Amino acid sequence: MNLPYYPGCTLKANAENFEDSAIKVMEILDYQLIEMKDWVCCGTVFSMTTDDLMLQLASIRNLLRAEEQNLNELVVLCSMCYNTLQRAKQFITEDEENLNKVNDLMYKENIRYQGTVDIIHLLTVLKDRITFDKIKEKVKKPLSSLKIGGYYGCLLVRPQEFAIDDFEDPSIIEDLFSSLGAESIAFPYRLECCGAYQTITKKDVTIKRTYEIINSARRAGCEAIVTSCPLCAFNLDQRQKETAEEFIEFEKMPVFYFTELMSVALGGGWDKKWSKLHYVDPQPILKEKGLL
Amino acid sequence: MSYEISRNIIKNELVEKIEELSGQNVFDCYQCGTCSAGCPVVEYMDIMPNQVMRLAQFGATEDLINSETIWICSACLQCSTRCPKGIEVAKVMEALRSINLRKRIGTLDPNKIEAEELQDLPPIALVGAFRKLTG
Repeated sequence: MNLPYYPGCTLKANAENFEDSAIKVMEILDYQLIEMKDWVCCGTVFSMTTDDLMLQLASIRNLLRAEEQNLNELVVLCSMCYNTLQRAKQFITEDEENLNKVNDLMYKENIRYQGTVDIIHLLTVLKDRITFDKIKEKVKKPLSSLKIGGYYGCLLVRPQEFAIDDFEDPSIIEDLFSSLGAESIAFPYRLECCGAYQTITKKDVTIKRTYEIINSARRAGCEAIVTSCPLCAFNLDQRQKETAEEFIEFEKMPVFYFTELMSVALGGGWDKKWSKLHYVDPQPILKEKGLL
Repeated sequence: MSYEISRNIIKNELVEKIEELSGQNVFDCYQCGTCSAGCPVVEYMDIMPNQVMRLAQFGATEDLINSETIWICSACLQCSTRCPKGIEVAKVMEALRSINLRKRIGTLDPNKIEAEELQDLPPIALVGAFRKLTG
């Protein structure tokens, strides 16, 4: 079965391992992720001011392209793209005046944007359409004894109306990893912000966030963290270099995209080129658990 | 800190601008402090989120516009989801940033990012920071 999907910029650059593993995993589950045509950057962050519609255009143009291509829905992998597209769509379509203004701004387009395309996160597809029971049946290499902490960050659960699960106490990632045979641990800081784009201007803030989040996971017994956000992955993984320099007692922890470990569990294996996109080498823990 | 409180100061134009841009009524806040208690980066702020709301009620807008706080906030929405009065505090922060950004006052000059750093940064960090921090 074909599923149209929107990749977003970072999946074509620093997070190629996320896209690659997601496509592989979905193939194993008998779904083809088909990349939509002519997509552009979604804008990354949702603009929250009430009056500047120009800032919504990047997201809306993608949704318009999807309507042009007769797509009813778009599967999104990146948490930030998911959140930004959802909120831009809501902001523009819930107010007729906004909708008309945005369409007037895009007067050179062939069709007028209507808001017919649903935006759905890959985790929701796995839970509701494929179901974790089905996924469990397909497990070839159970992630036995691997203690996994699911890191949601901000944008999978906030704002509440677009949360992919309970916004204060979600379990979708934990349930997924339990079905893969891993020991899922809901660690305290799993919904706490990683510092996001402050990684450029306030590096010290993100280093401290990484320190606190990874330590929270470690104290709860986690051996690795999984995420679905390339910016969280950057801060939690790459920034461990600076974190270890700043805090001498800090112990590093591997950070995976959830699809990478799904690939390992479902028989898709670990692609060596994924390792190059990680800062903390993920291979030792996989070897230790007999998964490589 | 001491503030003069008067009708003229409380209802100044900038408070109205903040309310217009954020879509929030700053006078709804009753100072429970839940926003500050849940904020993951409050330790780096010079004015805590609940104090931002209080200063806005007093019309002390200059302090807010020039605060470090608004550039520390990463719009994680923890405050907005937990506010018992339903105030979206993150939108107030965004309004304060926007008032600066529209005067071309930001905290990030893209030309000043070091080349080595630029090589490692993912597009998601760059685009996000440009949109939130560049005037």
